[in-house]
Amino acid sequence: MSQGPIRFYLDGAHVEAGEGESIWDVARRVGTSIPHLCHSGRSGYRSDGNCRACMVEIEGERVLAASCVRQPTPDMKVHTQTDRASDARKLVFELLMADQPEREQAHDPESEFWQWSDKIGLAASRFTSRPVVPPDQSHVAMGVFLDSCIHCNLCVRACREVQVNDVIGMAGRGHGSKIVFDFDDPMGDSTCVACGECVQACPTGALVEKSLVDEQGRAWARELKNVDSICPYCGVGCQVTYQVADDHIVAVQGRDGPANKERLCVKGRFGLDYLRHPHRLTRPLIRREDAPKDAAGYVDPSNPLSHFREASWEEALHRAASGLAGIRDEHGGRALAGFGSAKGSNEEAFLFQKLVRTGFGSNNVDHCTRLCHASSVAALLEGIGSGAVTAPFTAVAEADVIIVIGANPTENHPVAATFFKQAVKAGAKLIVMDPRGTALKRHATHVLQFTPGSDVAMLNAIINVIISENLWDGDYVARHTEGFENLRQRVREFTPEAMAPICGIEAERLREVARCYAGAGAGIIFWGMGISQHSHGTDNARCLIALASITGHIGRPGTGLHPLRGQNNVQGASDAGLIPMFFPDYQAVDGDDPRARFEDAWGTSLDPQRGLTVVEIMGAIHAGEIRGMYIMGENPAMSDPDVQHARRALATLEHLVVQDLFMTETAFHADVVLPASAWPEKEGTVTNTNRQVQLGRAALDPPGEAKQDWWIIQELARGLGLDWNYTHPRDVFAEMGSLMPSLAHISWERLEKEGFVTYPCPAEDQPGTDIVFGDGFPREGGRALLVPAVPTSPAEVPDAEYPLVLTTGRQLEHWHTGTMTRRTAVLDELEPEAVASLSARQLQVLGAEPGGRIRVTTRRGEIELTARCDNSVPDGAVFIAFCYAEAAVNKLTNPVLDPYGKIPEFKYCACKVDVLAES
Amino acid sequence: MTDAANKTALLSEHTRHEIDHWVAKFPQGRQRSAVIAALRAAQHQNEGYLTPELMDAIAEYLDLPSVQVYEVASFYSMFETDPVGRIHVSVCTNISCMLNGSESIVEHVEKKLGIKTGESTPDGKIFLKCEEECLAACNNAPMMMVDHKYYENLTPEKVDEILDGLE
Repeated sequence: MSQGPIRFYLDGAHVEAGEGESIWDVARRVGTSIPHLCHSGRSGYRSDGNCRACMVEIEGERVLAASCVRQPTPDMKVHTQTDRASDARKLVFELLMADQPEREQAHDPESEFWQWSDKIGLAASRFTSRPVVPPDQSHVAMGVFLDSCIHCNLCVRACREVQVNDVIGMAGRGHGSKIVFDFDDPMGDSTCVACGECVQACPTGALVEKSLVDEQGRAWARELKNVDSICPYCGVGCQVTYQVADDHIVAVQGRDGPANKERLCVKGRFGLDYLRHPHRLTRPLIRREDAPKDAAGYVDPSNPLSHFREASWEEALHRAASGLAGIRDEHGGRALAGFGSAKGSNEEAFLFQKLVRTGFGSNNVDHCTRLCHASSVAALLEGIGSGAVTAPFTAVAEADVIIVIGANPTENHPVAATFFKQAVKAGAKLIVMDPRGTALKRHATHVLQFTPGSDVAMLNAIINVIISENLWDGDYVARHTEGFENLRQRVREFTPEAMAPICGIEAERLREVARCYAGAGAGIIFWGMGISQHSHGTDNARCLIALASITGHIGRPGTGLHPLRGQNNVQGASDAGLIPMFFPDYQAVDGDDPRARFEDAWGTSLDPQRGLTVVEIMGAIHAGEIRGMYIMGENPAMSDPDVQHARRALATLEHLVVQDLFMTETAFHADVVLPASAWPEKEGTVTNTNRQVQLGRAALDPPGEAKQDWWIIQELARGLGLDWNYTHPRDVFAEMGSLMPSLAHISWERLEKEGFVTYPCPAEDQPGTDIVFGDGFPREGGRALLVPAVPTSPAEVPDAEYPLVLTTGRQLEHWHTGTMTRRTAVLDELEPEAVASLSARQLQVLGAEPGGRIRVTTRRGEIELTARCDNSVPDGAVFIAFCYAEAAVNKLTNPVLDPYGKIPEFKYCACKVDVLAES
Repeated sequence: MTDAANKTALLSEHTRHEIDHWVAKFPQGRQRSAVIAALRAAQHQNEGYLTPELMDAIAEYLDLPSVQVYEVASFYSMFETDPVGRIHVSVCTNISCMLNGSESIVEHVEKKLGIKTGESTPDGKIFLKCEEECLAACNNAPMMMVDHKYYENLTPEKVDEILDGLE
């Protein structure tokens, strides 16, 4: 119930408070500064009023009031600067200062505590100090110095209410109360996931980044340069401030971005030192004559000169371009292919596909989207005419029911997960569907741990209930969908009773969940690779689209379909046309009109035939059809399914140009390796999972002779005979804007000013549209197409020889193939070795010990690694992350493809496990 | 057995029954209110002290984050989180008792048992608690509590008699 603004007096001036605004909020808004310590004023933080640093005087009241928790009432007269209020605040600071280390010894001499002390003119305390509290330096990334702690409990709120990790507590009582991690464990031994939110929130330096203090915990005396940019890791797209000193990023702070609200995770906050790892490539390399290619070959990344020699840029570029040009001229453009990167900028992705299309002369260009959401995009384009999300993940705040299926956001999209957990705390119902018991399970209302690979059976049963119990939204279906009758007929046989034995979930539970979602005022669905990385991935996504469409849960606040994007720019790279069947903005290469438009714009004829996809390209190399490749920032030698097949393909190429930061497993097989720039060394735009186009700025220069990627692409283009003259990424962005309607009203200048704009955006002076398709879909006729799916079994199911299911994915601390994160001190120390996760019971059945060595074998290969007990993995299954080069799980995965999305079945193949004798 | 069931299996049937009894007293969804009663029951089950595993079991049983249970256990003086003696002796040292000589009572008890406050006798019989805040028996200060029983108007002789009579 809104009562309109409340008018009151602040230091004699008439002011207005909006709904829920405290006196402190209003004061800040009108520019009156009131000290504060336990109150952060940041998004997601509740005010607590415990430190009394923000006391103000209110006329007619006997005692002072804490302004951060006090709501004004009409005509209240508040005074912030009276002697009584100022003296009270100063005394609070003086009492607290007594316990602080001397400022010269402080862990953070520029903490909010010291800054406020400066402002109120306090330098010393008359009171005696408490006994010394020993530090806790057990964590690799953060120091705990409770001698500076003022018990404001901001860290408790950070950990429990903002990030909802529930690790930090306030234990004991009275004088004995203290901040603890779990049951007063050393921080490094606790269940802390190292998001660092507490460090960012701490107003005194009691919790600090270790990189900012010496071994005694004293702050290093050095100037930090702040650079506002974007995190390089996942598709959440957190806005960050890089703090730079001595050519290193020494700390990262979360900024108030649309997707992160100042929050970060362990990777974004503590995972940036890969930029200056000694393995970083700093000079172009050319393969030595005496180093023949070998599919099983290994190049030590610390000494690539065993296989390569250093070269000048001029020589390397000439060699790279002439090799590609030679193949093109002799065998035609389709004998070449390129893999671009979802880790670079939109501009780089655009230039890369333009190079392949106009320089090579074919559409053989793809990137890792093929390995993550290709099937989701195929289903979405078919069903609703657009592959992007219909609502940002922050829409959960308005949802009543949230479904998370086949996704593990606490590990893979940790900051998005904080919004999910907060929504649950605020009363939303969470339905988690996953064969693995993910960490979100603890917050869920319903947990469906279904049989791996039975997604379609389970989802069809839920659709069946919604239709048979008449829970569907007839009005929405009539106005906005087509194909309902067909769907109704096809799902009739998939009753919960019939599907229960297949998916392993009791019929009644399926009914409950169907009623819960269909009956919600606003329901929203999130999914990840657990849906997409199957040979029936497109069918899985079709079911989700049908589910949302028949219940009308699309296009309104709190509703939608949201495939959580993996890479920081996988949405942008796909939009920019880094895919073999589409020009930028999903304009079909085999459509005459779009092709004519791009031919016109680029002044050249374009190949009308769709190109090959990631896995198909490897096959085409084996078939002798593709002879040369250009690979920028991708590592198919680790990320492809049945990776030995991919490595053999790469090794047989006549000419391979690799552009990367490190000597990757892919670069082992290169003829020319070009040293590239890391994301925090670039300027450019990226598009996150929420369709928010954001601007990244360079914090550092590339090391040595490493170059900007856009420059390298342009030089290669020139070497291939193209007349390119871009001078800056903004030139490229301008060209993209002219060819991509999705970028309408989003200019580089606007991004510089506003930091981000969501597409689609209706006008230059308006924010973008968060929630789309309220009034129809971008398909012919404007309706969503309901496509029924029939349950099919995964391609390779367990048998007597290979009795277990192998599933792959990621883990919190490591990024994809590990190229970056395994070169990051903090992340690699937290997760230093390859592990296979199995349930306690499965380990027992196998006779394996947690921590012991095992061999995992499939029909394609074997790897040896350490067994870990993890009861979130169902019995009969093995989970392995694909980031470990020494135990590359993709040696084992099945390269069978989804027929529509051409995505491999990373989530399911048959394996066996042998216990290895202790060596 | 699921992970959750594994954890809560640590709680005895009697303890679970006791927790259910308390949970039923509060509105649905407010099972957190039963945490003190749950801790008391679990401590009773485990010879007078709580372990992290027991607290985790309570957290799982009441669907709370573990840290919320730890906080409560560390706050209240009636919960012990390390192994301690069987009989809990606590001398009140709050204002009224202090004015009436509780310090010398504490000293006497320490000397008699040969342990300091916060310690247990080597035979595991008696645990002398750190300190006790006001137990609301000021009219008969000084006083002490042995397990749940109050002894008031203490003198050294009376203390000897009480402690000697413990079994």
